Amino acid sequence: MRGILKLAYKLLVNDKAKFTALIVGITFSVFLMVQMMAMFAGILNRASATVLNVGAPIWIMDPAVQTVANTIGMPDYVLDAVRSMQGVNYAVPFYSGGALVKLADGTYQSVTIMGLDDTTLFGRPPLLEGKLEDIYGENAFVVVKDTEFRKLENPSVGTQFEVNDNRGVIVGIAEVSSASLFGVPTLYTTYYRALQYLPNPRFTISYVLAEPKQASDIPRIKQQVQALGYLALTRDEFMDRISDFYKYQTNIGTNILIMTVMSFIVGLSISGQTFYTFVLENLEKFGALKAMGAKSRELISMILFQASFTALAGYGLGIGLCALLISLARVRLPDYAAMITYWDLVFAFVMVVIIAGVSSYFGVRRVLRIEPFEIFRG
Amino acid sequence: MATPAITAAGIDKFFGEGEARTQALRGVSLQAYFGEMLYIVGPSGSGKTTLLSVLSGILRPDSGSVAVEGTEIWKLGGDQLADFRLHKIGFVFQDYHLFPRLTTAENVAIPLILKRVSWSQAIASALKYLEVVGLKNRADLPPVKLSGGEQQRVAIARAITGQPDILIMDEPTASLDGDTGQAIVEFVKKNVLNDKRSILIVTHDSRIYQFATRVLKMEDGRLMAIEKGGPPV
Ligand SMILES: Nc1ncnc2c1ncn2[C@@H]1O[C@H](COP(=O)(O)OP(=O)(O)OP(=O)(O)O)[C@@H](O)[C@H]1O
Ligand SMILES: [Mg+2]
Repeated sequence: MRGILKLAYKLLVNDKAKFTALIVGITFSVFLMVQMMAMFAGILNRASATVLNVGAPIWIMDPAVQTVANTIGMPDYVLDAVRSMQGVNYAVPFYSGGALVKLADGTYQSVTIMGLDDTTLFGRPPLLEGKLEDIYGENAFVVVKDTEFRKLENPSVGTQFEVNDNRGVIVGIAEVSSASLFGVPTLYTTYYRALQYLPNPRFTISYVLAEPKQASDIPRIKQQVQALGYLALTRDEFMDRISDFYKYQTNIGTNILIMTVMSFIVGLSISGQTFYTFVLENLEKFGALKAMGAKSRELISMILFQASFTALAGYGLGIGLCALLISLARVRLPDYAAMITYWDLVFAFVMVVIIAGVSSYFGVRRVLRIEPFEIFRG
Repeated sequence: MATPAITAAGIDKFFGEGEARTQALRGVSLQAYFGEMLYIVGPSGSGKTTLLSVLSGILRPDSGSVAVEGTEIWKLGGDQLADFRLHKIGFVFQDYHLFPRLTTAENVAIPLILKRVSWSQAIASALKYLEVVGLKNRADLPPVKLSGGEQQRVAIARAITGQPDILIMDEPTASLDGDTGQAIVEFVKKNVLNDKRSILIVTHDSRIYQFATRVLKMEDGRLMAIEKGGPPV
């Protein structure tokens, strides 16, 4: 059989023009599909940046919260109630909200303020510069050094500014593992200072962050929180909820899906047609092989091999091209939001298998119908 | 008397349906022997190609039987029939059907590759047969770079690499000039024919009649007469 497949390989690859067209078609289609999905995965990941960076195992929130940025304040008793729940190791308040910073030149810049629990500073980012204790100092803020950092005119430790008409000073520069989607700089401070600086609504806690004593306590905690009228989610559940929001409640998901399907259709039609033409052009040769004694099974293997070989080569090249492009983009845009997830790879693979399957199906049908007698008659 | 390689009896073959139904073969019976170069001649449309196809296992007759070396080939299943062709028959197609994207040697190796001989061994034997047809120095060229006569020799090399007992050639000289055609058939008679092999040739070309050991004439689906010679004894 190996010789027969080698024969199939040579017939395919030696037809340089067709083979190139096939490979380019599939590569391009895979590239588009994966790029599209990688972009979306990147966006979804960014949308959950706060959840990732803070890293709390359980997030307690108002049931109407859909994304991490659109918080709904909860009254203080929720914190106390959670603290006294069975199975809770500890629970801390967390504030997240928007504010306006007035820059030295008088212009305003929106920022996200994260208020960390005063006693534990739970969820604090690692500092690049400055001392953590200084966050307790007067008007102290820690700024995150991400791509949005420059929007605050690249502040350093000691830089002063105005936040919502109050004085602020940078006491530390932090880094976070995941950049946020929203395009605004992030400032960290303590929970109570955040409340002082910000317009004071009646309910102030954005999230209660909790840690269970054991993983097995999680269902019980969820139940108790639900009885209270609130929602407790694990970190992964919260991220899924945020992803679902962008996938299903905004048009982003639909559009990405349409684009992905279109890339697939384009790839399928280019590659499918080229492959079918390839088979048609070789139809007489397949017929001659049949006359010489090749069995149908062998001819089918040849066609399947040719189709899968092209599909896999195109798949590899497409993924490679996509990875290369994302890496290149990162050279210029360090925080370029795109990531190739395993799901993207699996999805694109399935699509490529479908392309190969459909293309060879029609080819095989034609080849099985050739009458060697017709070839013999010429 | 020599052993028959092929014994065909009472073969009928119809084409088409209803009004358009024509009978291409009408009760054809014949025997082909080892060691002979049997010609089938006759006017166009008389059923020569149809007969060759029935004898070589690529076209099922409507009635009658074909036994090749004692095996009733039209009682074989699909895969067995394919195996029969692979192992017993060598085909030289009228327009050669060489693969333009393969080298000459690879083309010649095809029957061996279908027989699951390893690639390198198949190519090695192919070179041997290319040497037999005098084209060893063309082994790495694609067949399209070769002249018509050379391509015909490649097709012959391909038909005999599998060492078939029966060689089938339909109009082997149709696309060659007279001299080349004669040279090729003479070559086949000298180098390819042996007493364990039977060669069946369909032709219109009277210039190559001289090489036949026996000539059968077809007309309107019937075998009419033996034009020349009898079975070799
Ligand atoms: N697939 C087919 N469908 C219908 N009729 C056919 C088919 N194949 C052959 N025939 C008819 O059968 C008859 C014999 O055809 P065949 O090809 O065997 O003739 P031939 O003697 O080889 O002719 P030529 O010398 O022109 O090659 C012809 O009348 C032809 O039209
Ligand atoms: Mg004919």
